Amino acid sequence: MSRVLLIEDDPAVREGVALALRRQNHDVDATATGEEGMDRLRAFRPDIVVLDLMLPGMTGLDVCRGIRAVDQTLPIIMATARGDEVDIVVGLEAGADDYVVKPVLARVLDARIRAVLRRAAGGPPGAGGLPKIDTYGDLAVDRAGLTVALNGEPIALAPSELRLLLTLSASPGQVFSRQQLLEAVWEHDYHGDARLVDACVKRLRTKMSEPPRAPRYIHTVRGFGYRFSAP
Amino acid sequence: MRKRRLRGLRARLVVAFGLVATVAAITTGALTFREARTGVLQQSQDSTIRQLRAQLNQHAAELAVPPDEPALREFAHDMAATESQGSWRVLVTYGDLSGSSAPADPFTEVTPALREAVGSSRATVFQRVRDQGRTSLVVGMSILFGGRDTTPTATGVQVFLVVPQTTEQAYVDALVTAVERAMVAALALAVVLALLAARGVLVPVRKLRLATRRIAQGRLDTRLAVNGSDELADLSHTFNETAAALEASVAELRDMESRARRFAADVSHELRTPLAAMSAVTDVLDEDAARLDPDTATAVRLISEETVKLARLVDDLMEISRFDAGAAVLHLYEIDLAESIRRTLASRGWTDTVDTELPPPDALRGRVDPRRLDVVVANLVGNALKHGDRPVRVRLSGGDAAAVIEVRDSGPGIPPDVLPHVFERFYKSDTARIRSEGSGLGLAITAENIRIHGGTVRAANHPAGGAVFTVELPLRRDESPEEGPS
Repeated sequence: MSRVLLIEDDPAVREGVALALRRQNHDVDATATGEEGMDRLRAFRPDIVVLDLMLPGMTGLDVCRGIRAVDQTLPIIMATARGDEVDIVVGLEAGADDYVVKPVLARVLDARIRAVLRRAAGGPPGAGGLPKIDTYGDLAVDRAGLTVALNGEPIALAPSELRLLLTLSASPGQVFSRQQLLEAVWEHDYHGDARLVDACVKRLRTKMSEPPRAPRYIHTVRGFGYRFSAP
Repeated sequence: MRKRRLRGLRARLVVAFGLVATVAAITTGALTFREARTGVLQQSQDSTIRQLRAQLNQHAAELAVPPDEPALREFAHDMAATESQGSWRVLVTYGDLSGSSAPADPFTEVTPALREAVGSSRATVFQRVRDQGRTSLVVGMSILFGGRDTTPTATGVQVFLVVPQTTEQAYVDALVTAVERAMVAALALAVVLALLAARGVLVPVRKLRLATRRIAQGRLDTRLAVNGSDELADLSHTFNETAAALEASVAELRDMESRARRFAADVSHELRTPLAAMSAVTDVLDEDAARLDPDTATAVRLISEETVKLARLVDDLMEISRFDAGAAVLHLYEIDLAESIRRTLASRGWTDTVDTELPPPDALRGRVDPRRLDVVVANLVGNALKHGDRPVRVRLSGGDAAAVIEVRDSGPGIPPDVLPHVFERFYKSDTARIRSEGSGLGLAITAENIRIHGGTVRAANHPAGGAVFTVELPLRRDESPEEGPS
């Protein structure tokens, strides 16, 4: 059972989605505006936020940035209207972990929520329960404790960012295609939106203080995908 | 082209003007020449005869009749000497005797017929003789005796005068030359005028032709400058009016079309919010239907199923609207095309129902939008499974520049009258409009997705039976750096 904060302005959609998610055994708190949603963060302490991008007043993007300003790790799923291409990219770069396109079936949204929460709960399959710390140069990755530190300073990573780093760093030198990463990290299918990967890599590099032109850890392999290597 | 030029307006005008000028010049020249020549010759002839007669009247008395040859010769000399320029040659005859002013001269100009005529006539006889390119006037007369009231009698002395007419000839020649020159000038002028006239007509005609061609190319704002008020100006004016009317109606049609498209987009957009609420709860309906009484359960399941279909239809409508608005965006990533097709089939559970002929892994990579390629392959295979018979075959092959995806079924094929319409929106081959599974937009969306990649799709019937859809997709492997952060 997870605590879902739903921010959706249309009453019917809000009621329908909240009802369906409750039936999937989620504890749902639904609000109509971004401002209300921000207020509920502290009191409700959600495990995940489902956020409509088109909100009156404070927009979904504003809410997304607002949440990231206070919480780097809280998973966020955006709900968008199809065709809001620019908003999707901006939303992902603002820190959203995933997005769904409305109208969305309850079981699809539920699957996405569970996938994101799985990312938060554990690394890729095979990582044991024992503390296991891998170090790559200045980077220390604790595969059991699910923490990452750079120069001894912990970095707060959102679930997708953490899972992406764990996946890439588990096989240094191996090239992962965007499609492979979509399946491994987001549990999307092969034809999912590869922009999720690109946006997440970008956020991860920023958090890891990678030099923009010459990344040390996560390298782009043109025409293929991404590769992790220790400097 | 050359033949057409020769028959063109310009050539025709030049020929017509030239003909008119030539005929006019020749006619005028000929008439003028004839009158002038006659006048000149007549005048010189009259004055010569008058002069000769006067000299004869004056000197005839000095001649003794019958004369001997030296007398005749002296008489001839005297007569010739009366003309100051010395161009006269005089022959005086009496019977068989003769004397001339030029002793060795055979006087070939004085023909026997002329001698005969002078002998038998009392009047003056004259003749113009042309000999070896030189024209001479020959005048012959008999010397008569007699008073005013008596009948004159012939003395038998005959005088012949030969005067070269070089001056007159030169005059006439000059006249001919003048007429010829005038004709050349007139002809040249006529050609120039013809060219000017042709230009006056042809320039507007050429402008009209270019403008018409521009209109045909779709540049409906093309207008002509109207100069003057002649028929060509009228034509230009009419052209402008026609173009304006055409532009207006095309603009109206485009406006109507864009309104219709915007309406479709707006409708889809408006439908989306209620559908979002309905879609969210279909799973609740499905779960609880089992616990309801049978009729209600059926009704609830119906609502649930149709909601899902409606959501898909609206989704497709939105997608088509985006293509129409040019708002569809291509997200290109280089992927293994065979893997993409394999995944499309696998995610829909078609791996075992569809035969594939795919290149080995990583043998054929291309920069495509993976989501759109998925839609293309899924729609074509779905269409083949629905409307054709199994086995359905998917074949992928490729060269350096393009990949070819072929989806072939083993059904009866597509009727020839349907074939040109398969990619049209909501086109149903059977007039009864039996509702099929899809939204009716599947193949239209497929075609748009291929087109936005710069590729082509065509539908045909295989000679061995079954429908074949062939997609050609440019690979664009070596293009600008891929999107996304590097």
